[in-house]
Amino acid sequence: MAATTLEAQRRRAELKRVWGRVSLYVLAITAALLAAFPFLWSTITMFKQDQDLYNRDNNPFWFTLPPTLEHIRYLFENTAFLTFVRNTMVVGLAVVAITLLISLPAAYSLARLAGRWGERMGIAIFLVYLIPPTLLFLPMSRVVASLGLLESLWSLILVYPTITIPISVWLLMGFFKGIPRDIEEQAMVDGYTRAGAVMRTVLPLVFPGIVAVIVFSFTLSAHEFIYALSFISSTANKTISVGVPTALVRGDVFFWQSLQAAAVFVALPIAIVFNLFLDRFIAGFTMGAVKG
Amino acid sequence: MSVVEVRGLTKEFGDMVAVDHVDLASREGEFLVLLGPSGCGKTTLLRMIAGLEEPTSGEIYIGGEKMNGLPPRIRKVAMVFQSYALYPHMTVARNIAFPLRAEGVDKAEQDKRVRWAAELLGIDRYLDRRPRQLSGGERQRVALARALVREPNVFLLDEPLSNLDAKLRAAARDDLLEFQRRVGITTIYVTHDQVEAMGMGDRIAVMRDGKIRQFGTPEEIYSDPADTFVATFIGSPPMNLLEGEHRVVGFRPENFKPIGEFTERDVPSTFRFHVNRSEYLGSDRFLYGVVEGYDENTKVIARVPVGSTIAEGATYEFGVAAADLCYFDPRTGKRLRGDA
Ligand SMILES: Nc1ncnc2c1ncn2[C@@H]1O[C@H](COP(=O)(O)OP(=O)(O)OP(=O)(O)O)[C@@H](O)[C@H]1O
Ligand SMILES: [Mg+2]
Repeated sequence: MAATTLEAQRRRAELKRVWGRVSLYVLAITAALLAAFPFLWSTITMFKQDQDLYNRDNNPFWFTLPPTLEHIRYLFENTAFLTFVRNTMVVGLAVVAITLLISLPAAYSLARLAGRWGERMGIAIFLVYLIPPTLLFLPMSRVVASLGLLESLWSLILVYPTITIPISVWLLMGFFKGIPRDIEEQAMVDGYTRAGAVMRTVLPLVFPGIVAVIVFSFTLSAHEFIYALSFISSTANKTISVGVPTALVRGDVFFWQSLQAAAVFVALPIAIVFNLFLDRFIAGFTMGAVKG
Repeated sequence: MSVVEVRGLTKEFGDMVAVDHVDLASREGEFLVLLGPSGCGKTTLLRMIAGLEEPTSGEIYIGGEKMNGLPPRIRKVAMVFQSYALYPHMTVARNIAFPLRAEGVDKAEQDKRVRWAAELLGIDRYLDRRPRQLSGGERQRVALARALVREPNVFLLDEPLSNLDAKLRAAARDDLLEFQRRVGITTIYVTHDQVEAMGMGDRIAVMRDGKIRQFGTPEEIYSDPADTFVATFIGSPPMNLLEGEHRVVGFRPENFKPIGEFTERDVPSTFRFHVNRSEYLGSDRFLYGVVEGYDENTKVIARVPVGSTIAEGATYEFGVAAADLCYFDPRTGKRLRGDA
């Protein structure tokens, strides 16, 4: 009697396991297709001839006329695309550096601060992040103007950290809290200064968090639009997010294929870099979520 | 090689006093054991000596130099944390070498010392593993190895063997003591295991509620306890305590013997001992019972040779030699001297 119910339960558990597996894969594949679909479409579109693209009877996901490289050539030869990319890299790397330089020590101090104050201050700092740039770009442009930074990449390098630092501090705090104090104290007993101990034992352990901060700060610098639009109007200093649409949308004429090409050329390298760090990156966000 | 001394050392956490005016001085190269129940302030005391916790008041001297306010690295102490505190991202070998790298010891010498320490503690097979891949006892030995590779002023060991099984523990105890004798570096060893304390310590400081209750050699602590706490904390089974009208009488189970075993010349104090239960332990026999004329809830234990013919449920004349009796103040628990 007991044996049969156990047997039934074993079968049910087995069935559940199989079903779980199947639905997991169905979900994962659907999600992957959904996420990849815009990129696939962009990749096809960027090679299309105008007559092919603008004819509504043609299948948008396949080539009716043979593919062409002409629009890609247009992107590189007739627009300042490479300048935009370079500017974005400069701003992105500078913002990442500033963000790390400030948020690592800040998050460490807040996480190690005795009592409840660290927690409260962390939340207060996080709240700053919730004020949207749409409210801030007017006062910010006054600030940038009086600093004489309008039309300069430095305006973005200065302003983007106001978004990236609060969230990075909050994210990293969760990581630092997850590292037992004993470990850095042991390193201090073993002969290092506090800074030396933190560098050698705590920072390697919060590496996933650091990767998350780098990724977040860099992508924000690459896609932010409002500040980039209001601070910079000269082509030589534009970043991708503003440069590409202004160069490739003339009035109501859209250079669709070149636009798609620009998007793919920016997204692809970032996607590849992310994939290299994917495990760490995911560990980063989930760990922060649990312990933050 | 330095002596450690603390004077009036106090640590308060809010209104909780974790260490309360502790005075303690080691001798050169001594193996000093801090013994006390959980939460009595042993770790806190050690952390203050290491420089990880700033004392509320009091002074710390290592090698005659005042250490207050100096960071740990200047005090040059090697410490094993109760939690092991291994570096999870480093292999066992790198963990053990870590303090050597801080001192700038050259690579070949590092390897040699790491190998030596790992062999001493029987963890040389695990040098390439990460702490996560080790059992609790193995981790603990890595932590101990990391302390022993150094040549510090003082070793501070916070229950470094607590997670080893009995056999490993006995072996590690031997190795540790032999090593300590050889290098002659002052060692403060924390434990709450009184057997370990008695076996290892040159001297034992017994702590309770942040205070040192007694500081002396294992013999002194055992046969001459300063108060009822020390009397019952040390020894297994503990000292018997009988509450009289004006004082508490204490005696060790092995000194509580049938009256017939005393010779004419030593006149024992006698008690009528009613044996409730007898326990066979191979080498000895423990007799559990009560003494007539005292509170019947006060259990008394006698430790007698296995051969003795004593029946459960019967009452016997037992005695304790006068020299083996201790008297305590029933209110404070403090030892009453001079009127034995
Ligand atoms: N950082 C702290 N904040 C507040 N109270 C503390 C702190 N550290 C220790 N205490 C308290 O001080 C007392 C002594 O703690 P300690 O860790 O020194 O005990 P211990 O003797 O090492 O105990 P165990 O044998 O369990 O390790 C405890 O009551 C503990 O709760
Ligand atoms: Mg402790």
